[in-house]
Amino acid sequence: MNYLEHIGKYFIMLKQVFKKPQKWSVFRETLFREIEDLGLKSLGIIMFISFFVGGVVAIQTALNVESPFIPKYLIGFATKRSMILEFAPTFMSVILAGKVGSYISSSIGTMRVTEQIDALEVMGINSLNYLVLPKIIATLFFYPLLIVLAMFLGIYGGYVAGLLTGRFFTEDYIYGIQLDFDPYFIKYALIKTLVFAFVIATIPAYHGYYVKGGSLEVGRASTQAVVWTSVVIILLNYFLTQMLLG
Amino acid sequence: MIEVKELYKEFNGTPVLKGVTTTFEKGKTSMIIGQSGSGKTVFLKCLLGLHVPEKGIISFDGRKQLELGIKERRQLRQEIGMVFQGGALYDSLTVEENIMFPLKMFTEKTQDEMLNRVNFVLDRVNLVNANKKFPAEISGGMQKRVAIARAIVMNPKYLFCDEPNSGLDPNTATLIDNLIQEITKEYQMITVINSHDMNSVMEIGEKIVFLKDGVKAWEGSNKEIFKTENEAIVNFVYSSNLFKKVREAYLNETN
Repeated sequence: MNYLEHIGKYFIMLKQVFKKPQKWSVFRETLFREIEDLGLKSLGIIMFISFFVGGVVAIQTALNVESPFIPKYLIGFATKRSMILEFAPTFMSVILAGKVGSYISSSIGTMRVTEQIDALEVMGINSLNYLVLPKIIATLFFYPLLIVLAMFLGIYGGYVAGLLTGRFFTEDYIYGIQLDFDPYFIKYALIKTLVFAFVIATIPAYHGYYVKGGSLEVGRASTQAVVWTSVVIILLNYFLTQMLLG
Repeated sequence: MIEVKELYKEFNGTPVLKGVTTTFEKGKTSMIIGQSGSGKTVFLKCLLGLHVPEKGIISFDGRKQLELGIKERRQLRQEIGMVFQGGALYDSLTVEENIMFPLKMFTEKTQDEMLNRVNFVLDRVNLVNANKKFPAEISGGMQKRVAIARAIVMNPKYLFCDEPNSGLDPNTATLIDNLIQEITKEYQMITVINSHDMNSVMEIGEKIVFLKDGVKAWEGSNKEIFKTENEAIVNFVYSSNLFKKVREAYLNETN
């Protein structure tokens, strides 16, 4: 199947996904379960990675601005900018594409090969709407919160790195993170996050839903899902940056 | 009654069903048999609406499936219960939640009413103390019972089963067969079973449709299957020496 066919099939899938849920009470219940599975269960890894990434960015910046002509507050400034503009929204989304993407793809794929999706269809349930829409809403709702948390923790990680290594003064760092704050950058990061959240929920769902075969194919679909979700995130990141900041 | 007329289905130009015509009656356990690749799964999926045939008519008590609108088709599907080969139970839900799922989705019953209904059908399939267990925690036979319970929880008019006793020991397989036949009579359902299992065919096949290469090669009951001279069905059903001897003994006895 060529790429164009996949893209067409993906959009046809989305058409089925965006239908009115058959029963709101069931949808609400599923949505809360998805928020837990896709959002809350990713909290730990996102907190851990963002904290240490922030620390590493601060240390590396400190190592590169050893010249007495460059003000030390640039370390805090650069860490803040890196975390808000790129590391939190894009880097964390790629991490989530791996963690959540493989989960979505393998869980839906397993449902496909064990006929659970056929069972939904036989009952008269729109399986795409039932399975995928709550995942999209859950990621759109929860990932901006995760990414904002990642921004804070990354910046805090930089502060702690300064405190522990003594490579820069924390007063300079705090001055740096307060310097030239532009709220538009937060808006830009959140727009990117929403787009990536949609991609993380739908591309793996596509790969899982249309899997054919057995467990081996589910595994393959899962790998494909992670690869394509990451590729699409990186490409969209480029275009969105050009559109919103260029 | 389910009426199937001149059903044709093909995949990528290869015909799988070539004009199958038959009927399935209320209160009877009907079976579709045939070799692997004969088209019986495709036939069952056409009846379920999971495959759309190229030509033909499938009529459920006068309602032509292919001519129904989305609402009517959804309504029809709510009248269908299906037992899948592997059970197709939702892994993330408990036994109770699995059976309750169609009730939650399609009825306005209260939690207590739903629970009563779940316990009633669980009792009907002789499954007790399994409400809070997950599918992975129960045996294959129990999973089949849960699948049957889920299929009948909405009081369906039509029950379809795909290899309901595959992977089960002979004793459990017979219990499942008998259970399906009992509930078919009790609820006066139209039951259609897709099976390879000749024990089931002999045991509960009140009507048997034999498919060969996408064509209906024979039709009759489990009584008639002993007497038929149709070469295709005789070669298929009596392929084992044991069944050949059983047939000979039956014919000697009746003669």
